[in-house]
Amino acid sequence: MKETHQAHTAEIAPPDEHAAEHVAAHVRKYVMVGLTLLTFTAITVALSYVNFGTMKANVAVAMLVATFKAGLVAAIFMHLSAERRLIYRILIFTGFFVLGLFWLTYLAWYNPIVR
Amino acid sequence: MEIPYTVAPRRDTGLWNAKVGIWLFLASEVMLFGGLFSAYVFLRLDAAPGDWPHGLLNVPVGTMNTAILIASSVTVVLAWAALKMRQFGRYRFYMTITILCGVIFLVVKLAYEWPQKFEHFGARIKESELVKYEQYLGNEHLLAKGLAPRKEISGHLHNSQALHDPNIKEYEIALDPVNADPTSPKMDRPHFFYVPATNKIASVEKADVEYANMFLPKHSAYFATYFTITGLHGAHVLGGVLVFCYMMLPASTRLYRQNPEHLANRVEVSGLFWHFVDLVWIFVFPLFYLL
Repeated sequence: MKETHQAHTAEIAPPDEHAAEHVAAHVRKYVMVGLTLLTFTAITVALSYVNFGTMKANVAVAMLVATFKAGLVAAIFMHLSAERRLIYRILIFTGFFVLGLFWLTYLAWYNPIVR
Repeated sequence: MEIPYTVAPRRDTGLWNAKVGIWLFLASEVMLFGGLFSAYVFLRLDAAPGDWPHGLLNVPVGTMNTAILIASSVTVVLAWAALKMRQFGRYRFYMTITILCGVIFLVVKLAYEWPQKFEHFGARIKESELVKYEQYLGNEHLLAKGLAPRKEISGHLHNSQALHDPNIKEYEIALDPVNADPTSPKMDRPHFFYVPATNKIASVEKADVEYANMFLPKHSAYFATYFTITGLHGAHVLGGVLVFCYMMLPASTRLYRQNPEHLANRVEVSGLFWHFVDLVWIFVFPLFYLL
């Protein structure tokens, strides 16, 4: 079984040399980003036990950290730091509609007729 | 017939097709979770002071699950990198860890966190009767400190038949520490470590209760949004785990031998989905566990 496996591996298409080197250079970065995310998780937990005056302030701080973490995941793990233009276009539309969604929530909450 | 553009980029998009596909799918996922999160924001902003509970979830366990998801995001990207460098053994190793992380996350959620909530009881006291239960709520102390009032008495329900039997007129609750010793400054803010219910028993008359139930989705807007969002997120984790299991089947090994770049691309798009699931959790964790 092992022999046949090795026989097969010999036939496997080799990687594009340039691409493989490119990926190898990134492996370290991925691990570092993972460690950064873990650190910031600990920071988020610690900050939630600090009183920033109001609950709203605490939420704002936590969301700021979460957005930074989400940005790291999107930019590095999801390769958004260097992607084709089409993907960005899709995401611009998505961002627009999601903001619209939250804006509707805001309108409903800030309803001046009922309040 | 050969499916086109599984590896080679299309000239007009500059991308292989699955990548466009997964991003369109993720865009729809953003809308799905966005709707639920906007419902969360709406309900929470509308809650009166003291109505939105704090400190009901187990923070260390939630933190651990966050770390597990982050670790799995790293391993899945390392699995993809290993395929790109044609290190098949290493790919299978990282993929196994990723699957294990996903399974641990689900087990913790479904076998520990959720059941613990289902066994927990909370009785929300009517506004007019809050004073009667002052010894369990400590609202004078909270008011003096400028903190939001407590309106709920929670813990372990001793006479669980009281939930269904109209002849039983009161709930007997083994109190949570926060209700057992409400004026202690230690109880002003939620605990980091989970503290079990005390032996101190309080009886709460049903007539004084606005609503009372186990910590189920119907208990409150908080638990309704908590179970909906973590449930949907858990379903995504399960979906990701199943896809990763497929990547470990002999069919995927065969694909590797025929066209390793194709398998690498499959791993990349399923990884993109996995990172998205991680990204959602990055927001779920502080919103529900910490704030």
